[in-house]
Amino acid sequence: MTNAEQQLTLLTNIEGVENFQDKLKSSKQHPLQASQVEIFQINVGKRCNLSCKHCHVEAGPNRVEMMTEATFNKCLEILKKTPEIHTIDITGGSPEMNPYLEGFITEASALGKRLIVRSNLIILMDLKYKKFIDIYVNNKVELVGSLPDYHRDRTDKQRGKDAFDQSIRVLQLLNSKGYGKQDSGLILDLVHNPVGAYCPGDQNALEYEYRNRLKKEYDIEFNTLFCLTNMPVGRYLKYLIDSDNYHDYLNELVSFYNPKAVENVMCKTTVSVSWDGKLYDCDFNQMLDLGMNDPDSVTLDDFDIEKLNNRNIVIHNHCYGCTAGSGSSCQGALD
Amino acid sequence: MSDNYYEKKDLADFPNIGEYAPLQGEKFFEYYGVSTGAGKLTEREKALIALTTAVTHNCPYCIDAYTNKCLSLGLSNDEMMEAVHVGASMVAGITLAHSTQMRKIIKKKEM
Repeated sequence: MTNAEQQLTLLTNIEGVENFQDKLKSSKQHPLQASQVEIFQINVGKRCNLSCKHCHVEAGPNRVEMMTEATFNKCLEILKKTPEIHTIDITGGSPEMNPYLEGFITEASALGKRLIVRSNLIILMDLKYKKFIDIYVNNKVELVGSLPDYHRDRTDKQRGKDAFDQSIRVLQLLNSKGYGKQDSGLILDLVHNPVGAYCPGDQNALEYEYRNRLKKEYDIEFNTLFCLTNMPVGRYLKYLIDSDNYHDYLNELVSFYNPKAVENVMCKTTVSVSWDGKLYDCDFNQMLDLGMNDPDSVTLDDFDIEKLNNRNIVIHNHCYGCTAGSGSSCQGALD
Repeated sequence: MSDNYYEKKDLADFPNIGEYAPLQGEKFFEYYGVSTGAGKLTEREKALIALTTAVTHNCPYCIDAYTNKCLSLGLSNDEMMEAVHVGASMVAGITLAHSTQMRKIIKKKEM
């Protein structure tokens, strides 16, 4: 399912599903306009030590797309001269597998902005990448770690054999360094996403369960749980089709459509940068090769904060994933 | 009209059950929302009760809706099945308890 064009064909004219654009029009929210860009999200590459079944990036050990040092430097230049951007959000793949990440973190942390790395955690068990734990501590990087479920069998189903136990060991190690501990200044957030064709439940209820079970069974602490809805993009789209859940899932997302969630979608305040330095409205549009509306905003060389603040966001039917129920974003529910 | 009495897509029609009796429909949904939402019991506990009721009353729509809800709320397959067994054993117990009537009548009628 790597062909973006093929995915977009599947996402167009879904039987029984009103086009997202028409849905926005009916709630008088079309066109979807950006507000102030505050978050600079960088996808530093598609290589990953895991091949999770839900991954919209379709990341894995054999992927070769990786951000170069020159592109990292372009990002730094923009970040230095754009004080309005207060958050740098690094994702992948497994960001740690990019050889230039360490240098970028050191320079980016000196800018005094909020610096987030989205880690699959398990990579930090690998001797080659274990050093990142201290790099993160020293640069006060906020960690967003993936733990799809507090049930071992469900996490392993999505991420592979022993994924749960390895994640638990890394979380215990991060706790021992102060991550997730009150008043340490080291933020450790976790990500839940459903292991199957259903939507996540109430974020507060799930956070309560995660907190109690992880503390009681593994003595693990964390700051916040983010509940993410799986997007019908990439490997998850293929899973939905292969398991004959595609129409039911899309219809469920539509039935949970919430105009209030539209007001808070993350793309309104985010610019997403791909490994090859192209600009997108979000990481999902990136994987679907849906570039920005403005034909003059294609790469980092075209970066113009004023233009980006006033842009219309490119939408398609996958956007139902961010507007269902309480909404979903890389920062969890939107309510 | 379909040839089937139950159709999956009819689950989406549930919000329209107030048709022809809107006042009662409105009152029902208000009651339904308060009853199934978190209160002294958590949403998870109530979802398990609802799932068990759905299974014991053979409602395919409710089984669909509440299995999904239980999954969404992080309930394990084991926990859901354990709840179904509570329902099953209650139904069995209720059935057997009604045999009291039968046994009483037998004792009265037999010589």
